[in-house]
Amino acid sequence: MRKLYNQRYLILMSLPFVIWVILFKYVPIWGWTMAFQEYKPHRTFFEQHWVGLAHFRTLFQDPMFYEVMRNTLAMSFLSLLCGYTLPIIFALLLNELRDGLFKRFVQTVSYLPHFVSWVIVAGMFSRLLGVGGAVNEVLMSLGIVDKPVLFFAKGEYFWALVTSIDVWKEIGWNSIIFLAAIMAVDEDLYDAAAVDGAGRFRRMWHVTLPGISTVIAIMLIMSIGNLINIGFEKQFLLGNNLVKEYSEVIDLYVLNYGIKIGRYSYGTAIGIFKSVISIILLFTANRVIQRFNVEGRVL
Amino acid sequence: MVTNRTWGDRVFNVFLYVFMIFMAAITLYPFLNVLAISFNDSVDSVRGGIHLWPRQFTLNNYREVFTYPTLVRGFYISSLRTIIGTALGVLSSAMVAYVISCEEFIARKFVSGLFILTLYFSGGLIPEFMLVRKLGLMNNFWVYILPGLIGGWNVFVLRAYIDTLPVNLKESAKLDGANDLTIFFRIILPLCKPVLATVALFIAVGQWNSWFDTFLYASSNPDLTTLQYEMMRIMQNTAMSSTASMYGLTAANAPRISPESIRMTITVVATLPIVAVYPFLQKYFVKGLTLGAIKG
Repeated sequence: MRKLYNQRYLILMSLPFVIWVILFKYVPIWGWTMAFQEYKPHRTFFEQHWVGLAHFRTLFQDPMFYEVMRNTLAMSFLSLLCGYTLPIIFALLLNELRDGLFKRFVQTVSYLPHFVSWVIVAGMFSRLLGVGGAVNEVLMSLGIVDKPVLFFAKGEYFWALVTSIDVWKEIGWNSIIFLAAIMAVDEDLYDAAAVDGAGRFRRMWHVTLPGISTVIAIMLIMSIGNLINIGFEKQFLLGNNLVKEYSEVIDLYVLNYGIKIGRYSYGTAIGIFKSVISIILLFTANRVIQRFNVEGRVL
Repeated sequence: MVTNRTWGDRVFNVFLYVFMIFMAAITLYPFLNVLAISFNDSVDSVRGGIHLWPRQFTLNNYREVFTYPTLVRGFYISSLRTIIGTALGVLSSAMVAYVISCEEFIARKFVSGLFILTLYFSGGLIPEFMLVRKLGLMNNFWVYILPGLIGGWNVFVLRAYIDTLPVNLKESAKLDGANDLTIFFRIILPLCKPVLATVALFIAVGQWNSWFDTFLYASSNPDLTTLQYEMMRIMQNTAMSSTASMYGLTAANAPRISPESIRMTITVVATLPIVAVYPFLQKYFVKGLTLGAIKG
């Protein structure tokens, strides 16, 4: 009791936030029960009709669901492939810049798009990639195409488009951690490698990369855990009716089928499915990485 | 052998500089282009061909856009939520971080556990939506502040930083009779300035850039729509973007500039506040991000 009294200020300071986190983060978990009911907002919890796994069955029978899963996985794998490896390469190259001022300039510029909202980025790119936009102008003047490419009207382009714009936006930002890790690599190792006659590329390959392998592993595990959580912002803002078959992702499906038409139980079931997948992915990635005996661990 | 290597080095250097200049160019071009159009005469812009510099310089687009009630109010709401959300968010995250950094605190494991778990899962869109509705936060300004008040990630970045502070500072303050609240406000907060700046930047960027909460929770209250949300509406409805009602105007005083000019001008207005700030905080957020990755 005395201890409690002594810590009254700490308790006072944490209480509001404990209430906050339980209310806003844990109460929604309780909402998962909706997925097993035919949820109606006006009924109390005890009056709800329980339907077991019916919503999950409906889900797995809906052809739309497989389409949105395909789109989600395709775009998340592409973004893992590019959005994860390119920042590492960018960081390696940045590190090779000897001119401090120029390096700082490139870094600062490369962070810029990260701070701009997707709404604005989508607006800028629909202009740049439009019929009279700069990209088409360049392509045409180089003679690569003879009439403007309708980037946003072709479903087949959509995945690549989203991935490229995403890389444009986040490459600099995502390189920060790798660059910081590179800076921490022991300077003596480079000198030793240089004495042994290793050139720049060999030093990058044999010193820098192994030196940052832990960070690479940790970031990889986290990216894999988030594979399915690609959100819908980019797809919502860059997509349109013409490319719907390729742009609709799982979260948009929840939005359209869960909230807009009020099928709350169904939407919640999709949400649960998604969480389960991402936890499985996280654990699997963690295990696999450990197999390879790298130190990186997230859990 | 030696000459061979320096030759290869030189080629590599040239390639490196060309590549980096190219990267900087493709990053900056879209922004400079938007800027140029926003300062160019609207009628003239329709002719196309404007790249980095306005052809017929004018401030009219800005004068015009700042007369649109919807956009002016959007700007106001966006600023308000950014200021309030950032101030409360930073303070709350720091307080939680301080509490879970106190080794002697009996509920330390419990509180930090509660926040750690939130990093790995969330209730999902619909349960959160239902909660907001039950709490009566629909079409309420506080829906912008409360549900996302504390980010687990920010708490652990702050906590990692607090852990690096010397312990005896706190102990000597305790001996002088200071309580934890005083220690937090008088000692911890001032020492945490660099990392507070980082967290504040992250929260502010999130607040300023968010449009989806307006879309989901407040779209039926025209007094609460944010700049980004209005921007999204204009972008999504390209066909009808010239209608006066979109900008809160009556049909009689329809916009005098083209939808394209309007869009580019708002883009600048919506981008500038953050772009003007982040370079100055660069060294802080780079450090904060690294701290979070190592400890988080």
